[in-house]
Amino acid sequence: MPNSPSDAPRRVTVRRKGPLLVEGPVEVELEDGTVVASDRFRVALCTCRRSRRYPWCDTSHRDRT
Amino acid sequence: MEHTCEEPRLPAPRGPLSGAVEDHLRATGPLPPDEEITAAPVYGDDFQLALYLCYELHYRGFAGVVAEREWDPELLRVRAALEDRFLTALRADARRHDGVDEALAGILVEPVDGTGVSHFLRDEGELWHVREYAAQRSLYHLKEADPHAWVLPRLWGRAKAAMAAVEFDEYGGGRADRVHARLFADLMTDLGLDTTYGRYLDAACAELLVTVNLMSLFGLHRSLRGALVGHFATVEITSSPGSRRLAEAMRRTGAGPAAEHFYDEHVEADAVHEQVVRHEVIAGLLEVEPHLAADIAFGVDATVFAEDRLGERLLADWSAGRSSLRTPLSQEFAHAS
Repeated sequence: MPNSPSDAPRRVTVRRKGPLLVEGPVEVELEDGTVVASDRFRVALCTCRRSRRYPWCDTSHRDRT
Repeated sequence: MEHTCEEPRLPAPRGPLSGAVEDHLRATGPLPPDEEITAAPVYGDDFQLALYLCYELHYRGFAGVVAEREWDPELLRVRAALEDRFLTALRADARRHDGVDEALAGILVEPVDGTGVSHFLRDEGELWHVREYAAQRSLYHLKEADPHAWVLPRLWGRAKAAMAAVEFDEYGGGRADRVHARLFADLMTDLGLDTTYGRYLDAACAELLVTVNLMSLFGLHRSLRGALVGHFATVEITSSPGSRRLAEAMRRTGAGPAAEHFYDEHVEADAVHEQVVRHEVIAGLLEVEPHLAADIAFGVDATVFAEDRLGERLLADWSAGRSSLRTPLSQEFAHAS
């Protein structure tokens, strides 16, 4: 974001349920060494491991009824 | 769509109400009398098109209609009468919850055996269904995020900052080739559809007009800012799983790479937007204006109501082997990919 000083700490939002929210842009290194990137203003990282677009959240954490 | 700034053509009237509004827009006849406004079925073609015509003056207008008509007091009086009936009907028919959490809880779960339009398109949709769906939805997606931008001046603090951030993402993060409306035009090109703004207004069914009129109604009125935020949250919350099914539908029917990309992008983008809208926009708005809770819940309920009606209409037509459109799509569809 142009208004943020570049040396400001990057905020990560953690919730009991749902994805980890990180201020973008981010690069994510996966277990096999591949690096994926997103330049969205905020990025939702999957924590339930059910996402079919892992590491990005696709709302698969939701309760099913 | 971005290649031209030509205004769309006026559509064919769907009855006396929309006919009279068009006559007034062209300066060839009088506005509809009050009796006609109260007599027309509120969710019907004629009523909804009349309201749609009034609203469209605030977006792109129409060819042959002077731009100043947007603020024509006589037309605004008619629009207000239409809106009063529409809003009263929605409050009576759609309202299910008083609290925001209760209203959102219903759409934050994923039914195991869902039966909506996106399930149908994923499981058994054919290319002609996908093309009809895109033609119908083009009335919104070619102006995606526009009705919601009107709420920005009515918010402040956390809610404003977060809403602006989501809108920035909808508008491609500053890149014209990533604007969501542009991505949808690319999807339409994959499907052999005409990407001209307003091209499928004649084809769209009344149930589709209701979904777009609802956004314009909420967006244009500061008094309905709570409902607009509730509406927007509903779109973002339900979009991600629905888009995943639609992306599968695009792959299965061979719709094309841009068609797949539009829905793939929405799976990811809207999983983020949902979080930001719930925890920043709604929470931020309630922090400063807690009295808007019931209106936010109404915005959620009204959106679910309008979307359910559209889904039922599309599935009723398709399961009977009928087109859902009022005018047929061109048949010369040569698939490029």
